[in-house]
Amino acid sequence: MQFTIEVGRYNPEGTYAPQAARVESYPPPWNASPPRHVQTYTVELPEHAVVLDALIAIREYQDESLAVRCACRSAICGSCAMWINGHANLACKSKLSEFTENGKTRVECPPSMPVIRDLIWDMGPFFAKHRNVRPWLEQKQPVPGPLEEYRVANESMEELIQEVSCISCGACLMDCESYAVNANFLGPQALAQAYRYAADPRDEITNERLRSYSESGGVWDCTHCYECVAQCPKNVAPLEQILKLRKMAVDAGFTNNAGTRHADAFANSVKHSGRLNELTLMPKSLGFNIVEQLRSIPSAINMMRAGKLPPLIHPVIPGIERIRTIFQRVGGRFK
Amino acid sequence: MKVAFFTGCVSKGACPELYASAKAIAQPLGLELEELTEAPCTGAGVLSEQNPELADSLNGLTLAMAESKGADLMTICSTCQGVLSNHNYRLKTEAQRLGRVNATIGDQGYRYSGSTNVKHLLWMLFEDIGLDRVRAAITRKLTGLKIAPFYGCYILRPVEALGLRERPERKTYLEQLIALLGAEPVEYRGATKCCGFPMLTFNREASLAMGGKHIIEAKEKGADLLVTPCPLCHLNLDGQQPDAARVMKRKIDVPIFHLPQLLGLAFGLSPQELRLDRHVVPTAAALEKVELKV
Repeated sequence: MQFTIEVGRYNPEGTYAPQAARVESYPPPWNASPPRHVQTYTVELPEHAVVLDALIAIREYQDESLAVRCACRSAICGSCAMWINGHANLACKSKLSEFTENGKTRVECPPSMPVIRDLIWDMGPFFAKHRNVRPWLEQKQPVPGPLEEYRVANESMEELIQEVSCISCGACLMDCESYAVNANFLGPQALAQAYRYAADPRDEITNERLRSYSESGGVWDCTHCYECVAQCPKNVAPLEQILKLRKMAVDAGFTNNAGTRHADAFANSVKHSGRLNELTLMPKSLGFNIVEQLRSIPSAINMMRAGKLPPLIHPVIPGIERIRTIFQRVGGRFK
Repeated sequence: MKVAFFTGCVSKGACPELYASAKAIAQPLGLELEELTEAPCTGAGVLSEQNPELADSLNGLTLAMAESKGADLMTICSTCQGVLSNHNYRLKTEAQRLGRVNATIGDQGYRYSGSTNVKHLLWMLFEDIGLDRVRAAITRKLTGLKIAPFYGCYILRPVEALGLRERPERKTYLEQLIALLGAEPVEYRGATKCCGFPMLTFNREASLAMGGKHIIEAKEKGADLLVTPCPLCHLNLDGQQPDAARVMKRKIDVPIFHLPQLLGLAFGLSPQELRLDRHVVPTAAALEKVELKV
């Protein structure tokens, strides 16, 4: 079968073309996000071929200047993650026949990643984030000797199998919306691994971990968009692990942050009136952060002018007693 | 067609124009809206994350209220849709969870047996009301307008709970609808991305940059306006747009329409009836293209 492949190329021959539709005014995390041009190739391959087969065929038989990183070809080494038709995927796991749109398949490095050349992005910053969450067990007790196993209950590991499946390919970070505008964000991969160690019964620095994960760049910088869940080739579902970390951190008392205040204000409003009170949510979430409070005022004035201010007296829904009873029964810390 | 209408908090709060326009298009679409006035907020994912059982119970109660009306539950908000779909999916597939919910709400006059379908108005147009009916209601083609769709995360992800594995076409309804109303859909990356609203209170600059860059991308592709089925996206993309322009260091000025407002225009309703004058970003320039005034 004939397949058409469009490759986003980073300066392979020293020719530059401005990339279409790039937003230049806000600095992307890596200002190195390079100019690139698109080169089109046609390859003849069997119907079951994957994107990586096409890229290797191009490099072997058509254009030896094309740079691709790959190793295992079986979705376990995590080397060949790239954007395929605008979303992160493993090239070795994506069938050409399923990824042909309008007669072609487009591959490139996403603009939020620092590119070394063509389809090879620099994984250094990605691994630095991973390292930052201390992805190893920390123990204060002497660990068992070299010939002994450190045994834990099966059930406690079952909870962590999902996170252990991570192959560090970076697909989640490539499509992470928060990371695209905030290079400081630890990102889905690192935080999913953070959960894997924080929730491991053998780890003895859980509180220290939760404190640091609650800081700027940590769990509260996630925008909850589910892109990482959608793109992960190993079903790690990073967002779900981030949400578990948030809950663990709040339960452990790390509550002096906008995230916790927001959740508390939200719950109180629903308990009191059945609905969200938008008027008080923002100021209550920001707490004593005067700078942030001031920053939110112009938008509030704009909305007021447009007649979009929520009612000053927040109405209570009929049957509110039912809602309050539910809070009383299962509200936990929101009772 | 009778539906159990779940308005969501925002259409009763900061986006009254959404509620007004949704009510206004019900009649031309033949929708009989039975408003769930006693249903609580979904918790927008915030409560699900901190206390899954509480969120299960609140949403289970809402689902039971719709069930007792014998009608599908209709949302007009991508976030409400996502959260209700998520809890519904879990309650339908995990008997234990459903049992716990009923133990909590059982003596409150409701019991959920797991039969409610949760459907956004956007899905209902295609799957229940039918495009023939929509087409018949059109009295004013929106020819000449270039419209960028903006879905909102929770009507697209996670795919299992939203039934997108069985119905992948749900990912293209906005584009199809824009074309059906006579306008031209704008193709751009931001259509399925995040508006930034969930982190507005945690990281304001990042949130505004996130929304801002999608609107700018749409504008560069020629969009006269964005249309969204999610009022939370609307709050960030319209309500915060002047501030997003400051963060992005450029003018944006692209109006954001709610889905029912766009439908209403095509059904011949006036911009005033649809409260198109109640936006932070003026809608006048876009309306002029179809010879209308606010």
